[in-house]
Amino acid sequence: MALLEIRRISRQFGDTKAVDDVSLSIEAGEFFTLVGPSGCGKTTLLRLIAGFEEPDAGELLLDGRPLTGIPPEKRPVHTVFQSYALFPHMSVAQNIAFPLQMAGTASDEVRRRVDEALELVHLAEKTRHFPHELSGGQRQRVALARALVNKPRLLLLDEPMAALDAKLRQQITGELIALQRAVGITFVFVTHSQEEALAVSHRIAVMNAGRIEQVGVPDQIYGYPQNRFVADFIGTVNLLPVEVRAADQGGLRMFAAGLGEIAGAPATATAVGQRGVLALRPEQVRVLAGSERQEMDNHFRGTVHDYLYLGDVTVYKIALDNGSVIESLLANSLPGRARFLERGDAVEVGWQREAGVYLRD
Amino acid sequence: MRRGNVWLWTAALAVYAFLYLPLAVVVIFSFNDSLLNAAWVGFTTRWYTTLFEDADMLRAGGNSLFIAFSAAGVATVLGTMAGIALQRWQSGVLRCLPFLVLTPVAMPEILLGVSLLLFFRQVLDLTLGLVSILIAHITFSIGFVAIVVRVRLAGLDASLFEAARDLGAGPWQTFRRVTLPLILPGVLAGFLMSFTLSIDDFVITVFVAGVGVTTLPLQIYSMIKVAVSPEVNAVSTLLMALTLTLIAAASKLAPDALKAKP
Repeated sequence: MALLEIRRISRQFGDTKAVDDVSLSIEAGEFFTLVGPSGCGKTTLLRLIAGFEEPDAGELLLDGRPLTGIPPEKRPVHTVFQSYALFPHMSVAQNIAFPLQMAGTASDEVRRRVDEALELVHLAEKTRHFPHELSGGQRQRVALARALVNKPRLLLLDEPMAALDAKLRQQITGELIALQRAVGITFVFVTHSQEEALAVSHRIAVMNAGRIEQVGVPDQIYGYPQNRFVADFIGTVNLLPVEVRAADQGGLRMFAAGLGEIAGAPATATAVGQRGVLALRPEQVRVLAGSERQEMDNHFRGTVHDYLYLGDVTVYKIALDNGSVIESLLANSLPGRARFLERGDAVEVGWQREAGVYLRD
Repeated sequence: MRRGNVWLWTAALAVYAFLYLPLAVVVIFSFNDSLLNAAWVGFTTRWYTTLFEDADMLRAGGNSLFIAFSAAGVATVLGTMAGIALQRWQSGVLRCLPFLVLTPVAMPEILLGVSLLLFFRQVLDLTLGLVSILIAHITFSIGFVAIVVRVRLAGLDASLFEAARDLGAGPWQTFRRVTLPLILPGVLAGFLMSFTLSIDDFVITVFVAGVGVTTLPLQIYSMIKVAVSPEVNAVSTLLMALTLTLIAAASKLAPDALKAKP
């Protein structure tokens, strides 16, 4: 049985359906991520789980028991807020002791558990400090310790990285994974950043306009997006408009106007004559050198239109003969060599039939 | 110094002189060794001694302090609750509530005095005295406390209160452990403001005091009907010192609240 079962819940604010008929099940011990653009309903979904909102329809089951009508303080669910919401008039230790005291834990037990929690987030020396004396990263760790100290069944994290700078974010992402593994508590993490989602999660649910677009493990979400929204929101993608010419066990034959035939992997529920797009990740599009051409299932001529140097990689924008521009990612593996191609170079690009994902309109 | 600055300084000084010279005159003449407020004769503190031997004055002072403490206490409790409610419910029909609570703050005092008098006499048939003064003072103080508390609350991160609930605190524990400690400066400032409003209120008190009970402002007024005696200067100086101290304390406690308007 799933730890948290979300059954067809909806929540509406005025005319906007913030959460629209969402069903999900989250397993015990999972690091589950809700990702989507701002306003997609992921925070509302989190607030429904925490108990700050009640659903208009549908129900939530935790350990098989319905959560309907149970106020937030009675739910074994704790939250790390985006602003961390540390109590400014309490020291670090007092903040962490708060949930234990509310649960009526004996005072020597409180002390022991607070020390344990501080140890867990490496803040043992900050016990007596107040929140305003801590850095952003330290505050976040106090918020984590406070939310974890009473061993909730479920920990909700509402964009906990939003207030941190990029470098720190990367470091803390790593710490978060280790922490979840150490405590074994189920995490439900909300973020708008697809990189964070891919890095930390066991499973990801991509949300858009109150609905769930796709649920899956990170490489499934990235490698096999089910629709244009997911393909576009997770990572960067080239979308080539195509028409299906043939579909069988051997694969898909597509036609792109001005380019010709494209071979693709077999796809389900595809009919001849259907229109759609071929979604190709930039790192799957190769710039071909001489002999590589024979090995590629698809290859087309083009011109280097522009490039974007990013340090570790360079993104080349290549204009194909039919005018569409596709991106190709090349690792800058040779030191001192910022790019291999110049604007205006005539090149040939190619990809294997397994590379692309066909998405119907 | 540039020409513009000279003008600015002159204007500023003129404003401050306009505001504080009359007050300074009262303070200076309270130490003047003469029955007349005419010319400086010499320094004395005997008017303060007279003051503390004047039974009427002491009784009026006692009444004022009692009323101010009680009214401020009750107004602080009610006003704090009102302030929290105003901050929490800002939608629907309840949007007009702030207006209703705050109206007495802006209402002309004479209007409030007349209406309270009518209410006490015609509706409640209450004998005018300490109780009626107390109720009147509570009425006009609640709004001030509510404003200060609300402004204080508005400056706090709303997720603090959700965090308390989330971590297992019920509504009452959330109030006692999180909300109250955080709004305490505002609550205290509200108390001090109510206290100063009550202790020097004249207009409303005149209407609702009846015949038996006198407060300090009423006593001072009845004395200057005869002449402005140095004793009045002395009691005014004391009242002024008390008021200024409390206002200074209140603005220290809740600097934003006293500046901001609802």
